[in-house]
Amino acid sequence: MSSEPAAAQGGPPAEPNHARRFGTIWLLASLIATPLVVVLLGPILPPGKASEQAAGQVTDNTVLLAMATPVLLLVLIYLAYSTIYFRQPKGGVLEGPAIRGDARIQTTWIIVTTALVLSLAVYGTVRLLGDNGGGSGSGPAPLTSPKGPKLPVQVIAQQWAFTYRYPTYGGVETPHLVLPQGEMIELHVTSLDVIHSFWAFQLGVKADANPQVDNIAFVKPTALGSFEIRCAELCGIWHGEMFDQGRVVTPAAFETWIHQQQATFAPATAVLPPYSRTYEPSPTRRGG
Amino acid sequence: MSSREVGPSLLAKKILGVGFAAAVAGILIGLYVAGWATSFPKSIAASAAPANSGGSSLTLETVASIGSKLGKSHPTWVSYLVRSNGRWVRNTDYTVPANTVVHITIYQFDTPTGLRNPFLSQVQGTIGAAATIDGKTVNAINPEEASHTFAIPELGVFVPLPGVPEESKHPCEEAPCELGSDHRTITFSFRTGGKGRFRWQCFVPCGAGWYFGNGGPMQTLGYMDGFINVV
Repeated sequence: MSSEPAAAQGGPPAEPNHARRFGTIWLLASLIATPLVVVLLGPILPPGKASEQAAGQVTDNTVLLAMATPVLLLVLIYLAYSTIYFRQPKGGVLEGPAIRGDARIQTTWIIVTTALVLSLAVYGTVRLLGDNGGGSGSGPAPLTSPKGPKLPVQVIAQQWAFTYRYPTYGGVETPHLVLPQGEMIELHVTSLDVIHSFWAFQLGVKADANPQVDNIAFVKPTALGSFEIRCAELCGIWHGEMFDQGRVVTPAAFETWIHQQQATFAPATAVLPPYSRTYEPSPTRRGG
Repeated sequence: MSSREVGPSLLAKKILGVGFAAAVAGILIGLYVAGWATSFPKSIAASAAPANSGGSSLTLETVASIGSKLGKSHPTWVSYLVRSNGRWVRNTDYTVPANTVVHITIYQFDTPTGLRNPFLSQVQGTIGAAATIDGKTVNAINPEEASHTFAIPELGVFVPLPGVPEESKHPCEEAPCELGSDHRTITFSFRTGGKGRFRWQCFVPCGAGWYFGNGGPMQTLGYMDGFINVV
């Protein structure tokens, strides 16, 4: 028997090393695409940089996208590569070669995916703790709390409106949310009736509003301007109308505003119950 | 030679029949859903206010139970009514002009329930940040006495409506209620801005027999909530 390659004898050409070729293409594509994704897409990822927590979420989203890019490329390039090189020949109805286990590939796959998932879990946990919940509702006793002074603001949800109480300003309640720029805010989110969810998208805050639960979230607004507030939990007929515009103003403007609110809503403040972390959903005279 | 029939097989006929029946059923269901989804009650337009006050006006009443005359499907439900062409109708979709003053008069025939959030006991967003209750100008009521509210949150309008005392001697038995029955009269005015469609609602948990008082008429358009169309 001849040991010459088949091609030299006019037979079918020798198969190229697909694994090496595919691996090279994927590696090059990943090396080019990942930095592009970070540089070009990262800055425009949601939710923006209106607060420290929102900026942190942009960083997290960028990291996730950067890690997902090689995985996505792996799938797409393999699909394209297979379509081009492993296409059924015209007219031929051929069975592919039997696939048997490949310990090297399987081990690599398990190690890489495990490393990816575990590193993301560690990253997420470190970020969540380091950023004091990262703008999410952390329940009545958060695992970590930011150091330094904090302005408590209570978010009260009811069907179908949010109102806000400022316990350090005589417990005044207001129909709109205004926050001072650069100050750490301690949001206490609760509900007077059913389950709602307080979502201030641009600030990167989302916290469930549950009756008789004090759900604490921290946020430090950094950019002046308005932000959107929406209920993010289906809560009845007017759920879609349960929205408002909040504002971040300078600390001086906030002081002026809050004193105006104290004067304007003095009649209501006089009949409000004492400030409390939660409220009973009363009256229920007509409730079933 | 055997004679074979030329034409669709029995299976093809069956498939054709089932397909045709499914298409007819789909069309009928589509028509029903489209008819249901587009069957809104007509909006009631505010009438011109007297020349000395200007703007436009709406006259409403709130009743403890709509009764069988006006609410065949839910006669026991609490409801708003509006005065239109000299009679009371159950309709909560109102049209008012843009950039003008709207004067609202509400005859309130229901008893108190109380506000879940006492903050809403203060009159907000009206001209003078006040309302008149039985002829007396007020900027807030006792939250325990609230029977209903008329609120347009997006326009910042919140008006609490006090209830008729429980021990009322001449309660309204069935809607529409006439002014001979015990009632409270609430009037207020607010200025509309640009065009838009805004929801209004009651913030008192007044849906009797429902979970926390917030179901039934509170969750069904046409009773304790509706739209203000600013045109």
